[in-house]
Amino acid sequence: MDLLEYQARDLFEQFGVPVLPGRIATTPAEARAAYDDLGVDLVVIKAQVRTGGRGKAGGVKLARGADAVEKTAAEILALDIKGHRVETVMLSPGADIAEEYYFSILLDRAAGGYLAMVSIEGGMDIETLAVERPEALVKVPLDPVEGITPTVAQRIVTEAGFLPDDHRAVGEVLQTLWRVFHESDATLVEVNPLVKTGSGDIIALDGKVTLDGNADFRHPEWEQYSETTGDVDLERQARELDLNYVKLDGSIGVIGNGAGLVMSSLDVVAAAGADLPGAPKPANFLDIGGGASATVMANGLRIIMSDPQVKSVFVNIFGGITACNDVANGIVHALDMLGDEARLPIVVRLDGNSVDVGKAILAEARHPLIIVKNTMDEAARAAAQLAAEGN
Amino acid sequence: MSIYINASSRVLVQGMTGREGRKHTQRMIMSGTRIVGGVTPGKSGESVLFEEDPVPVFGSVTEAVDATHADVSVVFVPPKFAKAAVLEAVEAGIGLCVVITEGIPVRDAVEFHAAARDSGTRIIGPNCPGLISPGKSNVGIIPAHISGPGRIGLVSKSGTLTYQMMYELRDHGFSTAVGIGGDPVIGTRHIDVLQAFEEDPDTDLIVMIGEIGGDAEERAAAYIADHITKPVIGYVAGFTAPAGKTMGHAGAIITGSAGTAQAKKKALEAAGVMVGETPSLTAALAREAIAELRHARA
Repeated sequence: MDLLEYQARDLFEQFGVPVLPGRIATTPAEARAAYDDLGVDLVVIKAQVRTGGRGKAGGVKLARGADAVEKTAAEILALDIKGHRVETVMLSPGADIAEEYYFSILLDRAAGGYLAMVSIEGGMDIETLAVERPEALVKVPLDPVEGITPTVAQRIVTEAGFLPDDHRAVGEVLQTLWRVFHESDATLVEVNPLVKTGSGDIIALDGKVTLDGNADFRHPEWEQYSETTGDVDLERQARELDLNYVKLDGSIGVIGNGAGLVMSSLDVVAAAGADLPGAPKPANFLDIGGGASATVMANGLRIIMSDPQVKSVFVNIFGGITACNDVANGIVHALDMLGDEARLPIVVRLDGNSVDVGKAILAEARHPLIIVKNTMDEAARAAAQLAAEGN
Repeated sequence: MSIYINASSRVLVQGMTGREGRKHTQRMIMSGTRIVGGVTPGKSGESVLFEEDPVPVFGSVTEAVDATHADVSVVFVPPKFAKAAVLEAVEAGIGLCVVITEGIPVRDAVEFHAAARDSGTRIIGPNCPGLISPGKSNVGIIPAHISGPGRIGLVSKSGTLTYQMMYELRDHGFSTAVGIGGDPVIGTRHIDVLQAFEEDPDTDLIVMIGEIGGDAEERAAAYIADHITKPVIGYVAGFTAPAGKTMGHAGAIITGSAGTAQAKKKALEAAGVMVGETPSLTAALAREAIAELRHARA
């Protein structure tokens, strides 16, 4: 779960990380009010979107005076940055920047632990820095429980080459950012840039925070973030139904059990469609997991069939723990529940646990929309063919 | 032979008295696993009947190990309590701890992995189907009836893809199939399993299944090039996955230019691994490689 910049700013502030004041606005009029509230002359207005490159896209601008703020906010709120519609802007006072640094704490998957990364050459895109001047980026593995202690902080600032006069102030900010990371169950806390102002203060000017969704049971306060996701409507509906669904841009609906098998199903069906007219592609990822009940299957089919792009459905089940007879019953009941809403051919491949019973149930149902195939490859080809024909 | 588990493995089930734990303990017993006890805090002295055979329940892993000399534990406890359960197993000196539980916070996993590394406990998972040495022992939730014993070693992040591949190659059978799990941080990685299969005299060929996210497959490719002499057949899932969307597994996400299926396939092929386009084509490659091995020996 990625936080927006203003949410990261608020979180930093709660923990005592020095940040600039920030006010959010969703309309030009709100921006004017926020400007008056801040009570400064010059503000920076920043689009709140979950994507990089917003500066280049015109999503970060300076403004002076209430009229200019209102006009600039209106311009930014009208933007679409890489497919992300700007719904909110944040206003902050202009900062008097003397130095820019980079700092992050992240999960190092390969090492199975946490890593602090720091550079006194901040402001630059960190991936570029890592490639062009790797020696300027200091990486320090962290103990998963201790994190950034005063001793570790001292080591980091020394290795990174901060001026001795700044060690204490920077070190304190790093220790606080560790607390943000650890206590918030984050997998990424990035500050870029971390700045020193003309008067020598250390401030986190822009923050990026990724929270670990698995830890939501111990963070009731995350409720506030739930409305502000960038999901498309179908994904939102699917999540409300507890379905593991990702919308893609194609015409073959895909349902399977297990994330790996569903990913594989997408690939196989895309390959099967590659040489057909219109080259039909998968329309979605949908993992119904173990124990697919009729309700789960019906919800899944309903979501997929309400996607107007979809022309055929590919159901790919390997019964491990899941029994194929339960899945078959699920499909038949789902079609009953859907009635006229079920409008598309469903190509089904079943294997594994109780496959014969499952196939018998489907055969007995004699439903005109159900087509059973014996292998994953055959079923993928049939589903792709139906999508190509526009069924 | 087999890797990590064999017919004499003595297995404890942490969370055996819960619904999932009980169901899968029954299945493990049916497939020949030596289940020596269960662990549920506060239920010491109780027992659970499986087909009229009682299995004792202990209050802690240490108590269970003292009484049963268990050397393997399998964890079915809910995410909230999983860290405590795994740390208990680590502290009791269990050699292999297989964590089936899905949805464990990364912070908890990082902590128990660090403790396990310090004490020498091997963790498989979390969020994994476990492992099976068909006909010998089955620790986790892999259905025992898919395939019998044989000389193929299989390693995969994904449960159902493991089942699919075992099914495709059921005519040959498996020495051991290991599901290492789809979380961002896992205890046993592709490389560890590859090394174990290389050393296992009863494994002739290795099938490795990867998926998008992270760089484990690229690391495995580099390891294979330097250390693996047995033939390795690969499969990678997620060619059609878009960047920035999590595909079911918490670890299955393409970030920026990293973690794509294409990059993984390329890295594996550069290391001499034959990579199949689909599960069935991958199985076909494995069959050809087995035929070649037989031919070379004849």
